[in-house]
Amino acid sequence: MFYREAGQYKTSYAADMAMFPVLQDRIGIIAILFAAFVVLPLWGNDFLLNAVMIPFLVFALAAIGLNLLTGYTGQLSLGTGGFMGIGAYACYKLTTIFPDVNILLCVIASGFFSAAVGALFGLPSLRIKGFYLAVATLAAQFFLQWCFIRIPWLYNYNTSGAIEVPLRTLFNVPITGPTATAATRYLVVLTIVTGMTWFASNLVRGRIGRRWMAVRDMDIAAELIGIRLLRTKLSAFAVSAFYCGVAGALMVFLWYGGAEAEVFDVNQSFFVLFMVIIGGLGSLTGSFFGAALIYILPIILRTVPAALGISLHAATVEHLTFMIVGALIIGFLVIEPMGLARLWQIARQKLRVWPFPY
Amino acid sequence: MLISALRIEGWPLDLIYKIFLDPFAQMAAAPDLLVQTLWEGLVGGVLYALIALGFVLIFKASGVFNFAQGIMVVFAALTLVGLHERGVPAFLALAITIGVMFVLAFAVERLVLRPLVNQPDIILFMATFGLTYFLIGLGELVFGGDPKIMITNDLYLPKGAIDIKMLGGFVSLQKIDIAAAIIASLMVAFLAVFFQKTRIGRALRAVADSHQAALSVGISLEQIWVIVWFAAGVVALATGIMWGARSDVSFALQIIALKALPVLILGGLTSIPGAVVGGIVIGVGEKLGEFYWGPLIGSGIESWFAYVIALVFLLFRPQGLFGERIIERV
Repeated sequence: MFYREAGQYKTSYAADMAMFPVLQDRIGIIAILFAAFVVLPLWGNDFLLNAVMIPFLVFALAAIGLNLLTGYTGQLSLGTGGFMGIGAYACYKLTTIFPDVNILLCVIASGFFSAAVGALFGLPSLRIKGFYLAVATLAAQFFLQWCFIRIPWLYNYNTSGAIEVPLRTLFNVPITGPTATAATRYLVVLTIVTGMTWFASNLVRGRIGRRWMAVRDMDIAAELIGIRLLRTKLSAFAVSAFYCGVAGALMVFLWYGGAEAEVFDVNQSFFVLFMVIIGGLGSLTGSFFGAALIYILPIILRTVPAALGISLHAATVEHLTFMIVGALIIGFLVIEPMGLARLWQIARQKLRVWPFPY
Repeated sequence: MLISALRIEGWPLDLIYKIFLDPFAQMAAAPDLLVQTLWEGLVGGVLYALIALGFVLIFKASGVFNFAQGIMVVFAALTLVGLHERGVPAFLALAITIGVMFVLAFAVERLVLRPLVNQPDIILFMATFGLTYFLIGLGELVFGGDPKIMITNDLYLPKGAIDIKMLGGFVSLQKIDIAAAIIASLMVAFLAVFFQKTRIGRALRAVADSHQAALSVGISLEQIWVIVWFAAGVVALATGIMWGARSDVSFALQIIALKALPVLILGGLTSIPGAVVGGIVIGVGEKLGEFYWGPLIGSGIESWFAYVIALVFLLFRPQGLFGERIIERV
């Protein structure tokens, strides 16, 4: 009743190709953006911004990156953590070598380093497929993590072996480093994530995205109709690594404020993969849903016993959280193997015909 | 003479010398050390092979890439030790643990595999992640997260080492390693006979070939899945006992599941002999690389060296050494 697009005519090609062709969707997205850009920074407290929203956005960006590769191009990768690390370390090196360059430029530029490394480690994908490829990308993950520990140049020969984020400003407002406020950092992350999501959504419905999907559905058939596998697969690896790299740089510079090599271990790769699969393979909205579920769910679960007035040992709560998250992952997969994005689609379809389903 | 002349020439030759000549010179100079390294690699490889075996069993019969194999190893070992700590005699605890693994197999089939039948591989892979999380939580909740000592004495597993005099030196063999090698060989032999000769083994192979064809000749998929998951659970228990006897029983052990992955793809996801050969190649290659080439590029290379070995093999044989040939049709 409220969600029916009857009567909304598309009279031009541009209107037909619009990103949100349905009026209600446009209203919805404007409302969400308004809430994210205006309401949250004004009324959200530091905990909400720092410990919930910034990580959520960072992980959503990394999940989008992996989704471009796994969901759209069908190449299973477990090197996400390593690529995020490349972004973080590249950003750190860039901003310490060129302290006067705008930090946002460094963050974006670090993505290109990550993309180059991603394309390099994507080379085996031309010969290896499926789970074999997944294990091959683990080689990238472990090798990169080893590099972060063993090459002191990467962390400027710090004795601690960790990278510390220096203070950097934009229009004289500190946006990285210890003096930056949560709201500023949140807005920076939000702007970058929104922009890159918009870019990705245009990428996947254009020529490049269609090539990726053709390769995902059957690479030999795609080759037969004239798609060059080398370019397509490597571009997917590069773009995916770019997104992951920027996510890694944002993670260290605007969330953690400093990091060691352990941050980018294999668990991080698995974590992002969970988000992609639970959210829905081949769906950008799904990446946000997945990030929300996997990252925010444990936070909520941890607060439940206290809220219910049950006093449990902290360790017990942690173990129970693990069990519940595990069971929920299986549960969600059983309910809808195509992910939360599919659930959202079904809900939308139901809303369209409500209250007179046929 | 020649070598020392080459070394003066400069840096690149020095590097070539260090990569291609020096390690072999070291091997020739101390053959006993080489044998020791080879033996350690072999034992490590056998243990990797045991984990890979659990993966292969499940992948063959249900097409599930079971990430939870590593945590099943920990869970089985923890159950055994935990029960013994609570005063259950060792062999009764062993029997109960086997029972627990059966219940686990049954539950997995009912609650995970059956509702997800016919889903894409990656979804089932993801479901085993869920299982991993669940088992980590459950294991820590019931038995606590502290490292435990494996009950080697009560299970009459040998301890200590024997020194063999050979090649102008001593080679020290841990008795538990020898036992591990023997038990692993027995298990592989048993599984091979089981797969080739028995009724259930034949049914398992039929399911591995094609689920639909197996169903059409009256093989019950549900039953087969419970059997393979149970078999993988027993393999996990054996692995857990062996690894636990070498180090502690703790959740850090699940990292070894990641170590088994290169073994798995090297040997081929569907081959039992492949798991064994792959395990030994990786185990020996890793130890040799760490010992002779490791100092050259800094220590800690064992974290990725195995993957690089596997990757190089894969570039030549994308289906692994013994995997079934991949035939693709459009």
